Amino acid sequence: MSELIVARHERVLLLTLNRPQARNALNNALLEQIASELEKAARDADISACVIFGNDRFFAAGADLNEMAANDMPATLNDIRPRLWARIDAFNKPLIAAVNGYALGAGCELVLLCDTVVAGDNARFGLPEITLGIMPGAGGTQRLIRSVGKALASRMVLTGEAIDVHQAQQAGLVSDVYPAGLTLEYALKLAKTIARHSPLALQAAKQALRQSQEVGLHAGLQQERQLFTLLSATEDRQEGINAFLQKRQPEFKGR
Amino acid sequence: MDAFILSHVEQGVMTITLNRPERLNSFNDVMHQQLAECLKQAERDDTIRCLLITGAGRGFCAGQDLNDRNVDPNGPAPDLGMSVERFYNPLVRRLAKLPKPVIAAVNGVAAGAGATLALGCDMVIAARSANFVMAFSKLGLVPDCGGTWLLPRTAGRARAMGLALLGDKMSAEQAQQWGMIWQVVDDAELADTSLTLARHLATQPTYGLGLIKQALLASETHTLDQQLDIERDFQRMAGRSDDYREGVSAFLAKRPPQFSGK
Repeated sequence: MSELIVARHERVLLLTLNRPQARNALNNALLEQIASELEKAARDADISACVIFGNDRFFAAGADLNEMAANDMPATLNDIRPRLWARIDAFNKPLIAAVNGYALGAGCELVLLCDTVVAGDNARFGLPEITLGIMPGAGGTQRLIRSVGKALASRMVLTGEAIDVHQAQQAGLVSDVYPAGLTLEYALKLAKTIARHSPLALQAAKQALRQSQEVGLHAGLQQERQLFTLLSATEDRQEGINAFLQKRQPEFKGR
Repeated sequence: MDAFILSHVEQGVMTITLNRPERLNSFNDVMHQQLAECLKQAERDDTIRCLLITGAGRGFCAGQDLNDRNVDPNGPAPDLGMSVERFYNPLVRRLAKLPKPVIAAVNGVAAGAGATLALGCDMVIAARSANFVMAFSKLGLVPDCGGTWLLPRTAGRARAMGLALLGDKMSAEQAQQWGMIWQVVDDAELADTSLTLARHLATQPTYGLGLIKQALLASETHTLDQQLDIERDFQRMAGRSDDYREGVSAFLAKRPPQFSGK
């Protein structure tokens, strides 16, 4: 059985992490497979959104410590992992994490990299790197503080203690909480809702949301307006507005 | 090692007997650890479909064994929060989370944490001579083991205040009149009645019963809107259970259902 199960649900790509013996630890090979699948999906006009899921007990419980332990300072300096993460981060379509159970360390960082997070009532999020004498190395200190604020992010990073799903939702890390048995189903439903919209509009909106983390408000507003203007040149924009005015379902073509 | 907790499984029912009769089954650390082992088994074993908790001897449980604590009036103040955090809170959380019914058969006095533990079980059957004592206030303490959450929800605010502030003895019949427990039976009938109920529940659609329990507990903090969402989600899951299929098939075929609990 492959360590990454790839499935299609209409216009949604579902990636299931499948290393149960290692609690879905994200080793280099698995990250590489995720990156490759997302790159394929980025080029595939029949895919509009992607969901990443683990299993009912683990989303992903960290990086592969055996791999990491072997790396001394020079090896870490030239580690391939940052490039793998960058490839995943470059995915240009909506990316949804469906989290049951533990999302720890690199697992939590993968969740933070996704655009939105749907979680089961048994989900837990944490960055326990500090307890190993290291620290988050794939966005944990940067993305967490931007979504949950300084106090909670610092507490999590400095104590290594995990938070439960209700705290995660309250803090803004998670958008929806469901019974664990329905998490994946509801995440796919959400992804299908998203995937019904114009593919170009989704890409543009995602790009604008991402840029809000990179530049100041003034520049962000300018970039937003440019992307908005770009969409006015698409056929799908015409179709979307016409369908609304004619009270019918739009048929988007991705151009 | 002393067996402060006796447990056995029969016909889908795990019977847990608190077993320090000479100390009215009051809790010490070892007893807590033994109880935790039993609960671990109850959580993992699908063939266990109902839990029955009772006490050995004349009492149900007298709460925390004070002899076991540092109560030298001249010594440093003890950290009672530690045993609450280590033992009582995890116990209450695990019983609440357990997706199968938990019955308390209260055979005699239930005092302090023993009282709040008993009243917190999903269904409570008490012997007519049993009573509940919120003893905490008389020692300057606060009802723990879920007491302050439970009392206003089962007895109502006014009665909860009276019970908790006065710390007086409440008879089993009073507890039943106030709707705090399910049933009172004559002392001689307690064992039979509670075991019959437990065995009945152990033949029922356990998965569905677990969802009912979760939904009712969730309702304590939810708005109507949130609870309607829970009902939709749980019904969706319940509708996919083997037992629902079996229940409908049996109804249509006019035969008694054989529930597997899944």
